[in-house]
Amino acid sequence: MVTAVRPKPSAPREYRFPSFTEEVLPSGLRLVVAPVEKLPLVTFLIVIDAGSTIDPSGKEGLAALTAEALLEGTREFDGAQLTERFERLGTAVESGAGWDSAFVKLTVLADRLEEATALLGEAISSPAFPEREIERLKAERLAEILQLETEPRGLADEKFSEFLYAPESRYATSDGGTAESVAGLSRADVDSFFRSHYRVGATTVVVAGAITQLMARNLVSKSFSQWTSGVGQGRALIASPRTNKRAVSIVNKRDAPQSELRVGHLGLARKHPDFFPTMVMNAVLGGLFGSRINMNLREEHGYTYGASSYFDWRRGPGPFVVATAVQSKVTAPALREIFSEIERIRADRISEEELSLARDYLDGVFPIRYETTTAIASALANLVIYTLNTDYYDTYRARVREVTTDDVLRAARNHLHPDQLQTVIVGDAAAIKDSISQLGFGELRVHAAQND
Amino acid sequence: MRIPIETYELDNGLFVTLSEDHTAPIVAVNLWYHVGSANERAGRTGFAHLFEHMLFQGSAHVGSNEHFELIQRAGGTLNGSTWLERTNYYETVPSHQLALALWLEADRMGDLLPAMTQEKLDTQRDVVKNERRWAVDNQPYGTMLEKLQELVFPRSHPFHHSLIGSMEDLSEASLDDIAQFFATYYTPDNAVLSIAGDFESAEARRLIARYFAPIPKGQGKPPLPPMHLPAVFGRPSREVVSDNVSVSRLFLAFRSPVYGSAEYYAASVTSAILGLRKGSRLHRSLVRDRQIASDATSYTFDLAKGNDLLVVDVTARPEIGPSQLEEEVEREIDLVYSEGVAQLEVDRAIALIETDLVSSLQSAGERADRLSLFATYFRKPQLINEQAAAYRAVNAERVNALIAERLGPENRASLMYVPRDGVESEPMLAAAVSAG
Repeated sequence: MVTAVRPKPSAPREYRFPSFTEEVLPSGLRLVVAPVEKLPLVTFLIVIDAGSTIDPSGKEGLAALTAEALLEGTREFDGAQLTERFERLGTAVESGAGWDSAFVKLTVLADRLEEATALLGEAISSPAFPEREIERLKAERLAEILQLETEPRGLADEKFSEFLYAPESRYATSDGGTAESVAGLSRADVDSFFRSHYRVGATTVVVAGAITQLMARNLVSKSFSQWTSGVGQGRALIASPRTNKRAVSIVNKRDAPQSELRVGHLGLARKHPDFFPTMVMNAVLGGLFGSRINMNLREEHGYTYGASSYFDWRRGPGPFVVATAVQSKVTAPALREIFSEIERIRADRISEEELSLARDYLDGVFPIRYETTTAIASALANLVIYTLNTDYYDTYRARVREVTTDDVLRAARNHLHPDQLQTVIVGDAAAIKDSISQLGFGELRVHAAQND
Repeated sequence: MRIPIETYELDNGLFVTLSEDHTAPIVAVNLWYHVGSANERAGRTGFAHLFEHMLFQGSAHVGSNEHFELIQRAGGTLNGSTWLERTNYYETVPSHQLALALWLEADRMGDLLPAMTQEKLDTQRDVVKNERRWAVDNQPYGTMLEKLQELVFPRSHPFHHSLIGSMEDLSEASLDDIAQFFATYYTPDNAVLSIAGDFESAEARRLIARYFAPIPKGQGKPPLPPMHLPAVFGRPSREVVSDNVSVSRLFLAFRSPVYGSAEYYAASVTSAILGLRKGSRLHRSLVRDRQIASDATSYTFDLAKGNDLLVVDVTARPEIGPSQLEEEVEREIDLVYSEGVAQLEVDRAIALIETDLVSSLQSAGERADRLSLFATYFRKPQLINEQAAAYRAVNAERVNALIAERLGPENRASLMYVPRDGVESEPMLAAAVSAG
């Protein structure tokens, strides 16, 4: 039979995050290059300071629509032709907007790189924003919003943001916009958003893969830099909570076999000085498979297929959320366990064993996160988007290892707020309402899934 | 480009593949057991997958959930998954932790049963039932896989029944079932082991011999019934599911050549021409030009036994009813069937597939998984290096031959989801609606 003797690790081999260069080209465009000699692949990731948080009020979804429409045609080629030209090079370009930036990205075999970047430069330098394609993209977004009504996970996320943030906060509505705001967007809005925000001074091109810095510089200088110089005007971010009191919202889904749960409150901005202790604290609370919340709800009680918690790190304070889906009839006891785990991690120091699990995992898994050119490029883009130090990835593991049980307790006490927890349940209101109202987790409201 | 490959077999029948790559201090360990839902006996649908959950509940020398904990403590990632014809278990760890990953896999292959208890089985049964509620019952179109299997495979066929299983059958699963399934299928001669990444071959061979060689060979497993079916369905079949969805969505399936055959590659390219990315035929025509769909894709299931399936998957715009959706999709397929496709379309598809093939070799875990796939189905992990050439050998002539043989009206099975509230406006369809 198999030996009972547990193996010991051998000597660890050193790992360094891929080295990279950073420069500002004469045009004002920032270029970050990480040459990675592994496979004949290159990833291009362009990040523009034109994310959804700068959507003008009443025009929510404009940043996302603009980014998507970017590749829908130039004066010379329509969207279908452009798409076909990229795909014949074996690459598909993606573009979109998150809260903090817009992006355009492609991965291509190294021997087709030159053609692909020339084409990409052509496509994004003079986008035509055809009316027909804008209207189509709007209709597709409206279809997506409609589909959310029957998709409990997405609906729970969306309703959670809505109930969490003050209505005037951009974070209160989905980054893609609402049915009402999207319906009101026009080609002129897209064109003007593009002119204001897609500027070289607000743009970084990240290149990772089988390429040298020199080659990347030549390709980028030749193909990009056609946008206006300077940067666009930002917009002050409001990220205040809707309420400071606990509240429970049931979004009714008749006969739902499960309740989709979201519990949480405002989290921290990405640049908060407690980032590392808070991340380690969350790993113990609900970030890992072996975390308290997952072990409790899944492995002890069998309430769910999985339960986790996370801080959604954005420039402003994104949400802290516990997310799970539990069988309808155990909704109330599952919520009680979630609340008690949040209380417990604030009450007492975690054990050294729990700390080492989180710390050793976050430290050890670091190299595994950067196996692909897309993962490396997106890590480098984050340095730019969140203005992190150039040595961030070189010092990351040491900073994780520095965190102590005292730091975790302090992070839990300072950044978890049981008295402010907002609870959103997408589930069968008739079946769960009574047991939920007895929990005393705040005022209970029942909502319809449809936005009418 | 080629990746290095070594293979050998232990006396107990365990087939081993090694592929070194020293670019980063990472190593992936990957095991495929040649057992899936197809091997379940009547009345035990979902058992292969429930069993996969039990493999994380400890073994002779590993405590409950300790497998997860030890790998995460080591800085590794891990999981397992169950499919119709195989079950896999895998971890990616920092390379100095290779021995740990191998020992954990060996301990549960060699000595699982001492750790099995009724209480653990009951908890995992609840977890799996919640997985079913989450991924199937409470998710729009979540029943697609089991409904399609039922529709396209005859009742006696091992691919006919549900992979996640019925609640009733999950309730019936017992510790005896666990013991029997383990003895029959979780044996070294029914498994392959692949290691990819940063390791030295000699050291890996030493560890594998130490941990896996003591595990006895199995007694053999019962053969699956014959699975080969005629090349085409013979007559069109269809099912309409009235369900809690917001928009209609059509899954149109075609019986297609078994995974790994020469014709498979033509079928795979055909699916890419139809529905891989936005430049594909269906996306361009139905989403961009005619705007009746918000999404259109196509893919093959990659089934390595009997026959494969090629599926076209189109989601309607909210204002488009199911009849129109079906008509428009059928019209596109009819057009391809009557006129064939051009070499340019073949080139586009192959170019995209090639980039995906190279991209998929970047992570050690994915490399190891593909090596296990080719080792399990064909005893030939070297096939990983022959995929690009197999695709490049496909041309318009071969694709059009495949289309002529497989995309005709006699080889279509249509599974249509319709919003429950919208059925009344479609009286023609209401008669065909099933219970959902």
